[in-house]
Amino acid sequence: MSDTPRPYGLVAEFDRPEPMLAALQRLRAAGFRRIEVYSPEQVDGVDEILERRPSRTPLVVFAAGVVGAVGGFFLQWYGSVIGYPLNVGGRPLNSWPAFGTTTIELAILCMVLAGAAALLRACRMPLLYHPIFDAPGIERASRDRFLVCVEAGDPRFDPDRLSRLLHVHDPVRICEVPA
Amino acid sequence: MTAAAFDETRRVLEPGVTETSMTDHVSDLVLERKTPLWWWIGFGLSLCLLLLFVVSLAWLFIRGVGIWGVGWPVAWGFAIGNYVWWVGMASGGTIISALFFLTRSEWRSATNRIAESMTVFCVACAGIMPVIHLGRWWYSYWLFHYPNTMGTWPQFRSPLHWDFVAILVYVIASVLFWYIGLIPDMATLRDRATRRWQRVLYGILALGWQGSSLHWREYRSAYLVLAGLMAPLVISVHSIVGLDFAGGLVPGWHETQFPPYFVFGAVLSGFAVVLMLVIPLRRALDLGGVITPRHLDVLARLMLTTSLLIGYSYGLEIFMPFYRGEHAEITVVLSYLTGHYAPWYWAKIVLNAVIPQLLWFRAVRLNQPVLFTIAAGVVVGMWIERYVIVVASLHRNHSESSWAVFTPTFWDWATLAGSAGLFLTGFFLLLRFIPMVSMFEMRELVRKQKREGGR
Repeated sequence: MSDTPRPYGLVAEFDRPEPMLAALQRLRAAGFRRIEVYSPEQVDGVDEILERRPSRTPLVVFAAGVVGAVGGFFLQWYGSVIGYPLNVGGRPLNSWPAFGTTTIELAILCMVLAGAAALLRACRMPLLYHPIFDAPGIERASRDRFLVCVEAGDPRFDPDRLSRLLHVHDPVRICEVPA
Repeated sequence: MTAAAFDETRRVLEPGVTETSMTDHVSDLVLERKTPLWWWIGFGLSLCLLLLFVVSLAWLFIRGVGIWGVGWPVAWGFAIGNYVWWVGMASGGTIISALFFLTRSEWRSATNRIAESMTVFCVACAGIMPVIHLGRWWYSYWLFHYPNTMGTWPQFRSPLHWDFVAILVYVIASVLFWYIGLIPDMATLRDRATRRWQRVLYGILALGWQGSSLHWREYRSAYLVLAGLMAPLVISVHSIVGLDFAGGLVPGWHETQFPPYFVFGAVLSGFAVVLMLVIPLRRALDLGGVITPRHLDVLARLMLTTSLLIGYSYGLEIFMPFYRGEHAEITVVLSYLTGHYAPWYWAKIVLNAVIPQLLWFRAVRLNQPVLFTIAAGVVVGMWIERYVIVVASLHRNHSESSWAVFTPTFWDWATLAGSAGLFLTGFFLLLRFIPMVSMFEMRELVRKQKREGGR
């Protein structure tokens, strides 16, 4: 171990979510902080154990909605009142009820684009390479296996101690992830 | 009926389906299976129709809209009818994928990918139609509101412009929603691929998805928000399509009920198309384990519900002119019922409102050939409905001196058939290259059912 370069981390592979969650609890109790779970679908409880903050996407989307609505209305007001005033039978130039639908559509457009952009940014996608892609067995994390990875950057990182901790929960295997 | 038979139609999963077997089966359909003969035949025929579409459009661009039967007073012909029809079918797909996601319907997971893929190409067909019906289509970009050297701005008060914006937003949002829903499945294909080109292709499409808990948390949050936006968006888009007509003064169009009326019709045709795709695909792709009789039953019930809604609107369409006592409108309604377009009118009534009443019977809902036929009838019926609304209303306008009859030409029919070719070509390609069932959602469903002690 000591003469090899420092790995990226250590992964334990589980074939069911329940032991994976138990192992995660134990790791947290033992004071590990830099843990990540790779799973084929969302597992309830992981975020609570890892004490993650909720996603900020809804806030971003809400802000984009406000910007889109205000901007969309302004666009129509400018176009109809300043840019190209057209007197149709003496009706007011700022006929705001008629601008409602387009305002809503443009707000939704901004929100959808902002939601997609926020997702990509939060996930750091598109990403061509990540060290975890070299982990043995990662290809099954998108199919039916659940991987827990403790990163070497964790101050308490110690492969032997980790192996002892994780073995209790009956993983399929425990491997090092090369850096 | 026995309890066992009843139970059979309540299950969203057949016994024995596991996360692994389902994932392997669905991804192998794309990665490993030799392209079957039926796919080549279907794709070939679709390509012929697409070619017809290209030829029709080329001829249209060379000669102008005079090659169609449109003229005066029927200035809106097939193109607008096709447009409303296509965008309506797209709406049904979005309703299944967005609205029923929000209601947490268990039966949605197996069908939403088919529904969304259908939506994407229906919207593509719909988007083309209004552009080609412009006499001078090369000015279509004038609808975009941007500061320009001409110093012009579009007429923001016009329902036609609202419609342009709605379609633009709907196209962008549908494609994004569909693609974001694909990302985790693309990662599965990337990880399971054996051939290099597949690994590269799906690796790029997966954008580097890792399936980490961080990714899933962000993904769930974003998908929920997008679904929550898509549901009102799809309702608003088709309401605005209704306002295209209701905003004018043409008798037969000048109706307060048009926005919901159009939405009902849209959703009805959307469910019908999804059924027409799900029934054959279930067999062709061997998806019986995840698309069960329950799914067909639910879709059939939805079709019945929307058929009742549209039946109500048909009744209102006849009742209101007499209630208002508008002379011109009564003329139009009487023309619907007994005039030149009466056969079309009665065909739409029978196909959309009468025949679907068979779906009250359980045996009909579970009989796939009959269900398919009813759905096909509804799809045709909805096209006829759009045709009648567009053409039959225009041919009896306020001024008797300009009454005339619209007769479709070969190029009208060719454009319609060709647009179906565009849809089918696109759908066949997706069928070959993307998983037709949302694998990660199905895995969640399988686990959930396990936890609840089902199997």
